[in-house]
Amino acid sequence: MSEVMMNVDIVVPNQTRYLRLVGNIAEQVAREVDVTDRDRETLAYHLNLVLTEAMANAIEYSRPDGDGETVKVCLSIENCDLWIRVFDNGQGFDLNAVPTPDFDNLTERGRGIFFIRSLMDSVEYRRTDAGNVLEMRKHLH
Amino acid sequence: MNLSTIKQNGKMVISVKEPRVDAHNSAELKDRILKILEGGERNLVVDLEEVEFIDSSGLGALLSGYKNANLRSSGFALSGLRPRVRSMFELTRLHRVFDIYPKLQEATSS
Repeated sequence: MSEVMMNVDIVVPNQTRYLRLVGNIAEQVAREVDVTDRDRETLAYHLNLVLTEAMANAIEYSRPDGDGETVKVCLSIENCDLWIRVFDNGQGFDLNAVPTPDFDNLTERGRGIFFIRSLMDSVEYRRTDAGNVLEMRKHLH
Repeated sequence: MNLSTIKQNGKMVISVKEPRVDAHNSAELKDRILKILEGGERNLVVDLEEVEFIDSSGLGALLSGYKNANLRSSGFALSGLRPRVRSMFELTRLHRVFDIYPKLQEATSS
């Protein structure tokens, strides 16, 4: 069993106006992490971005009649890994079916999962009895 | 979304007065750029000097502006990208697509 050194759980309405709040919390978590100052600011930006993308995704894939629904986000540091888990209750999507963007094709969409895959060390999307979870891990040292 | 527009050296400068461009406000940025083009303005410069954070939907809004400008044979340039904002363009190779100037003044005098 890994040791949990920090755990932050956030529940917000599934509305895009809360992206900034959750992104800013991710930046603050990055500032508590034991890395160099230069790496810390980059990590803060990257966590803000990854969480913004993941949460926007969860909002988009939540149930169409999801008024009053919430998005749950869990940030935790376990040993040398930072985990971000974003839960949703929507129909879900197939992460493996999301392609790498074609850089010559100037489509306006389809870069969010690419950012997450590029900036995190592992990404998984799982359906559970309690809903779907996008689970992302970043190795810190 | 807080934007300011001003004509400079024959170019329409759209300054984004927001620290964040994300899925909450990017659709509005896309619409506002399109309306400016539909209003007949040409040679647009979008200044991002005040933008500290941009996500994939923000990049998509700017790409929409670029494509709509091209359809109308209008110039479309970006200026004032902060290093972390620029790094998002580089990661997605979009820095090769857009006409990017370090400072607004360089974009308007080009």
